[in-house]
Amino acid sequence: MSTAEMRQVRRPGDYRSDVKPVWCPGCGDHHILLSFTRAFAELGEPPENIAVISGIGCSSRIPAYTNCYGFHGVHGRSLALAAGLKVTRPDLTVVVASGDGDGYSIGGNHFLHACRRNLDMTYVVMDNRVYGMTKGQPSPTTEPDFDTALSPGGTGLSPFHPLVIALASGANFVARAFSGEHKETASILVDAIRHPGFSFVEILSPCVTFRPDERQWKTMVRPAPVAATDDPGRAARRLMTDDGFNIGILYRGARKPYRPEFGRATADLAALEKEFEL
Amino acid sequence: MKQAPGVSIAIIGSGGAGALTSGNFLLEAACGAGWHGLLTRSVGPQIRGGEAAALIRLAQHPVECAADRFDLLIAIDWLNAGRFESEIPLGPQSLVVGDPEGGAVPPGIAASGARLVEIPMKAIAKALPEGRANMIALGIAGKLLGLGADLMLEVMNKRLAEKGSAAVAASRAGLEAGRKAAAGLPLAAEPTSSKPRDTRRWLISGNEATGLGAIRGGIRFAAAYPITPATEILEWLAPNLAKVGGVLVQAEDELASVNMTIGGSYGGTPSLTATSGPGLSLMIEAIGLATASEISIVVVDVMRGGPSTGIPTKSEQADLNLAVYGLHGDAPHLVLAPQSVADCLITTQWAVFLAEVLQSPAIVLSDQFMGQSRAAIERPADVAFIGQRARANDINGDYRRYALGATGVSSMALPGTPGGQYTADGLTHTERGVPTGSAAEHCAQLDKRRDKLEHFSYGDHWANIEGDGYLAVVTWGSLTGAAREAISRARAEGIAVRLLAPRLLAPVQPAAFARALEGARRVLVVEQSHGAQFYRYLRAHYELPGEVRVFHRPGPLPIRAGEGHQEIRNWSA
Repeated sequence: MSTAEMRQVRRPGDYRSDVKPVWCPGCGDHHILLSFTRAFAELGEPPENIAVISGIGCSSRIPAYTNCYGFHGVHGRSLALAAGLKVTRPDLTVVVASGDGDGYSIGGNHFLHACRRNLDMTYVVMDNRVYGMTKGQPSPTTEPDFDTALSPGGTGLSPFHPLVIALASGANFVARAFSGEHKETASILVDAIRHPGFSFVEILSPCVTFRPDERQWKTMVRPAPVAATDDPGRAARRLMTDDGFNIGILYRGARKPYRPEFGRATADLAALEKEFEL
Repeated sequence: MKQAPGVSIAIIGSGGAGALTSGNFLLEAACGAGWHGLLTRSVGPQIRGGEAAALIRLAQHPVECAADRFDLLIAIDWLNAGRFESEIPLGPQSLVVGDPEGGAVPPGIAASGARLVEIPMKAIAKALPEGRANMIALGIAGKLLGLGADLMLEVMNKRLAEKGSAAVAASRAGLEAGRKAAAGLPLAAEPTSSKPRDTRRWLISGNEATGLGAIRGGIRFAAAYPITPATEILEWLAPNLAKVGGVLVQAEDELASVNMTIGGSYGGTPSLTATSGPGLSLMIEAIGLATASEISIVVVDVMRGGPSTGIPTKSEQADLNLAVYGLHGDAPHLVLAPQSVADCLITTQWAVFLAEVLQSPAIVLSDQFMGQSRAAIERPADVAFIGQRARANDINGDYRRYALGATGVSSMALPGTPGGQYTADGLTHTERGVPTGSAAEHCAQLDKRRDKLEHFSYGDHWANIEGDGYLAVVTWGSLTGAAREAISRARAEGIAVRLLAPRLLAPVQPAAFARALEGARRVLVVEQSHGAQFYRYLRAHYELPGEVRVFHRPGPLPIRAGEGHQEIRNWSA
């Protein structure tokens, strides 16, 4: 790709496929798709150089709606699949999309290790605090008293703090966004993708079907009152004490991304075989 | 019954006593003297304080299975030997060397009729600076096998160089003391005339051969999660992949490792992971994803005793059902099985080739027996199994990743290719890769994935077929070596026996199978699983002519050539 082509002006529409989303009308994920395409256009990266990787759930349908390369894999394993791709194709821009069930429940272990591994990729979790695709069960971020058929009267369990977990696990960039503010979200995504290492962006995305109460989020979100810090301890303290609706970039780290050497041979097969000769 | 020529030696001791080190040195020295040999290991689950046995068979011909009984057993101590005495059959001709301070001789060994000799290995070692009893044992074994001291020293210098000259000197003193202590004992084998070293011959383990086969086939990315007895494949690949420009990444679990290989392969890099039964169970869902999204990956399963944690350090052939039938939905894929240490290289390379050409996951069923055995082998020939994936490079207009066509194989656009953007998907999809619930499109893609595997011409490599007797021994995997030896003994007695050992287990090859059994009137199936999985698999997919018997038992006791020979004899009368 020549520099001239890289600089070619691109529009959000260049990154949108003609596949119609399965999402309900009013779902926050529609806005997030818009934020993705806006961010990609701003970055100006050709669509074929971007890979959007996902697991299973409403949010994980997003790759096919972009005009990028995509992988819609199995439930919870998007980060692992993306790691294999990024290690062997460091030239690609890799964005992983997930939801609160896919990413925090079945995929929880991979979340920890992806933060720790710190590959240069961006992880977007579209959090609606409910399993939408299976019709309304509680996720790890659901409130304890949320009454569902699977958890009558609520789970009684406290939701956990994904952003704090990301900080503790070594993520290099941590931000929170709100789907309804798609321009701001696009701008956060641009920063996240540009930031070296593992960037984690939680996007609050209302589920209007199973969590109509989340329509109120638009009145609850506010810009974070403080600028991003490079101190994970401070960032964690802020996150543990806010109400979960402060929007913006919260942490920018300077940890060196993991980038194993790939594609540089120093020996041929005959040299490898030497060790077996009698 | 007469055993094939050669000599078998067991060196045993409690975990940490160094029995495996002695065994490996002995094997290397013997192979340097022109012997062929195989060392299998039998260890307990403990890292220290368990039990370990190096089981070595030396012969003038390539060795692919354990002997019927051992000629020489050297016990550095007897502390936990009772745990595997059933794995070391002895007879009145056998010589057992024990240490009077090494504890009580297990009753089974005492009752075997073997001649028992005591040498105070521990006391001799103690009298030497930094002396170790396992080096005394090595000296005894070398002397009894008629191996020259110079050969043993050469191996020692090579293998202990990193530990410094003091370690080499101590081991050398131990070796000499051991040789002296063995003076006057009957030789276990005729001394070999020293031959010029043959560097075309290799000393290699099945797991290393698997790793090398993977690299030869083009694998440049591996994702790893440690598990016994597959770890050595990954540990061998880590530095060696790096040398050829590849990379190995340690994953957080097997769910991650298999998905990483899918990601690597989607990006265009031939990718592999290796595991054992419990790991394969975890990987199965993602292997189905690779089938549905048509991504080439290779998953090596070094089988161990199961179910569940089973016997992690010992061999069995009981993952066949999982490998063949474990995937949900109708999910055709490749399943292959190597048949010996050397064949681990060729079959893994072939698996990479097939996976790449057919854009399919391939499961390679190795096992602990061949995976962790070291053998002297002839350098495997360079075969032309270098996988070439059908790639979509110059794309103009409508690109259909899953286009239907005569072969079922459709060209794959790699990320970075302009105009080739598509989403690989586990959801049922159209030719363009767009999710669909349409009955017709579902069926069309199921047909495509079936046809590409079934219409491919696998050639003669699909099985080893030897002879044309009326009695056919049908076996697979590492049991092939024992079956072949059983057959050769039966043939020497004039019994007409043939061997059929499929290397390609899925997709099935009904026409080739029928040709291989043409004229056979009796079929003896031999396998190492409690549930006779291979026999049932054959029954489900193939016509078995005439009468059929199955000789099977679970691990960890290997099925020995002598037992196979007896089965053939019993049925040929």
